[in-house]
Amino acid sequence: MKHAKPGRTLTNIMHELSIAMSIIELAQEESHRHGDVQVSAVHLKLGALSGVVKEALLGSFEMACEDTPLKGARLVVEEVPVLIFCRSCQTQRPVSSMQLFCCAECGAPSSEVVQGKEIEMVALEIEEWDRSPV
Amino acid sequence: MGSQPRLIEVRKNVLKQNDLNARALREQFRAAGVFVVSLVSSPGSGKTMFLEKTLTLLRQNYHVAALVGDLATENDAVRLARSQAPVKQITTGTLCHLEAAMVQNALQQWDLNELDFLFIENVGNLVCPSSYDLGENLRLVLISVTEGEDKPLKYPTIFNSADVGVVTKIDLAAAVEFDWQAAYGNIQAVRPGMQVFKLSAKNGDGMEELLSFLRKRLDESRVAAVI
Repeated sequence: MKHAKPGRTLTNIMHELSIAMSIIELAQEESHRHGDVQVSAVHLKLGALSGVVKEALLGSFEMACEDTPLKGARLVVEEVPVLIFCRSCQTQRPVSSMQLFCCAECGAPSSEVVQGKEIEMVALEIEEWDRSPV
Repeated sequence: MGSQPRLIEVRKNVLKQNDLNARALREQFRAAGVFVVSLVSSPGSGKTMFLEKTLTLLRQNYHVAALVGDLATENDAVRLARSQAPVKQITTGTLCHLEAAMVQNALQQWDLNELDFLFIENVGNLVCPSSYDLGENLRLVLISVTEGEDKPLKYPTIFNSADVGVVTKIDLAAAVEFDWQAAYGNIQAVRPGMQVFKLSAKNGDGMEELLSFLRKRLDESRVAAVI
């Protein structure tokens, strides 16, 4: 693991695995609420400040789905950037970078994060059998 | 028979169960009048040494206790027990962070009404703990002078999830040519306005500034709870 990114050790990949297991648990709950429908995809919104790495999550999800009713389901991840509230512009703005929490427009610093911490399940894609006569 | 995909809307936080547990804890802490401080940092940044010193000093005038998360060993709890404060170990196994439910379980035998301060030392890790609310009043992120000034730039997420920064081991600052201005600047870049303390738990420098800040925050939380 000579070229591993700083901090991305085996322990940290365990983190994505535990997030993947929470996703499966929630997906099963929701599937059950809709009459135990077959889930073919899970749509997720992932914030840049969520602490979760998309690539590691995709791999973990596939692994964690084995032996569950979600086996074979896709995980569709939409990555969302950080937005802060800028007091000078009086509106939401992107940050200059993840290493500089300043308004990308006017440069004013801000810690008021309004978007970017999400690990949100947006929707489930389900298979609906066409019951009309062939 | 063919099948057609259909979307059903969910719009739920994947960690909602942890958030619910954390909310219940926060309410429990407020009702008991205990001020809860959690600690996050890399392994080896001096969390346990800092906590041992903090517990020893605060214990003279307050009722204090600590929960300490560790992957496998009970070494930290043994070290912290030297402070004479009640300490409980939470062994997380392979899990890289503490979750609110683990804190709930660990607190079952304790009467929170008897406490003024509760400290929760998270597993040494600058990535995973950032996603999990533990119901704490204040989250401290610790970095030691030996880790380098650019740690905040590498881990902006954990700095954003924390309330206060603490630079530890300043007794070693000269030996490792630690650049305080650079470190402070990097913290401010990823978390503008963050209050930062610098201290040495070993020789006591800077401890009093942090402890008086914690005492003030305890008093404020109790005033707020009455209103």
